[in-house]
Amino acid sequence: MTLEILTPERKLFSGEVYGVQLPGISGSFEVLEKHAPLISALKAGRVKVLKDKQQHFAFFDIQGGFVEVLNNKATVLVEGAVPVESV
Amino acid sequence: MAGQLKEVRNRIKSVQSTQQITKAMKMVSAAKLRRAQDAIIQMRPYANKLQDMLSNIVSNSEGDVEMKLASERPVEKVLLIAITSDRGLAGAFNTNVIKMTKALINEKYTEQYRKGNVTIWNIGKKGYEHFLKNGYRADATYKDIFLNLTFEGVQKAAQAAMKAFEEKEYDVVEIVYSQFKNAATQRFVTERFLPIPRVEKKEGDNKKANFIFDPSEAELVAELMPKILNTQLYKAVLDSNASEHGARMTAMDKASENANEMLRNLKISYNRARQAAITTELTEIVSGAAALQG
Repeated sequence: MTLEILTPERKLFSGEVYGVQLPGISGSFEVLEKHAPLISALKAGRVKVLKDKQQHFAFFDIQGGFVEVLNNKATVLVEGAVPVESV
Repeated sequence: MAGQLKEVRNRIKSVQSTQQITKAMKMVSAAKLRRAQDAIIQMRPYANKLQDMLSNIVSNSEGDVEMKLASERPVEKVLLIAITSDRGLAGAFNTNVIKMTKALINEKYTEQYRKGNVTIWNIGKKGYEHFLKNGYRADATYKDIFLNLTFEGVQKAAQAAMKAFEEKEYDVVEIVYSQFKNAATQRFVTERFLPIPRVEKKEGDNKKANFIFDPSEAELVAELMPKILNTQLYKAVLDSNASEHGARMTAMDKASENANEMLRNLKISYNRARQAAITTELTEIVSGAAALQG
């Protein structure tokens, strides 16, 4: 699936990924290949991008935002997000 | 004669140094313009997606979605957000924004203005100075956004405007700013900020997508709305920033050209004066020699 992380100031991430973990407003959840269409609000927390099936991750700390999943494409809209170096 | 020569030489020098300044300012503006344009391009995907998402939600939900920020009510108190720049020397840039704001007050909000119910929030120093001097209700809380232009700074202003609208401090909020078209042209516009226009349902493919909503549609819209407004104001500020640099670049280019023209004329009169001085001197010598011979 394709993932895009957008902020008003720039595009933070864009590319093919295996999945992504998001801090949903009613609990953390994961979006994988062929997920059903979804629009959800996100709360402050950490976004974990699963770049492939191996243990390759990228992390972003966000202040809250939204995610839309449609046609195997996930778009995360956040205000104020910072990439986190490996934990 | 020699006095006149020196005078012209001094003028040439002063025009040259002015031209150096205008040239340098043009280069600086060109560089800043490029950066400002980049910022606009960078934010576009975010703004578009936000709108998409809103229209997806509205199209997919049953019935009308209630929106607090969309409530129209009789207009008694007006808030105008005028975006100017912090610095001058940008041609008619600031004057145009100010003129546009005044025209808006005179044409649309005469009644409210007479009762003293029109407030102007200024972003950018130039507008603030003008409106303060001319007895408008000018507010400087967000004047300094351009000193450090970030999304957070603009967000604060947008949120304050939303809060004031919700608490019925103002019944309508409009933004006056300059839209960026290209380096040489700006479009001065007024844009309705609050209340927001109703979102129309769109029939299309996404209609049948059967979205899972978390939380409910209404809550999502309520959360999405402020973000869209933040982005709208941010876009206006960025547009205005790019326009400012564009306007200054054109103004400084014109100034450099004018300086060139002046230099040309001055050089001609300098040479004329020099030639006249030489001719007079020659005549003096020749006639002196002739007198000795005679």
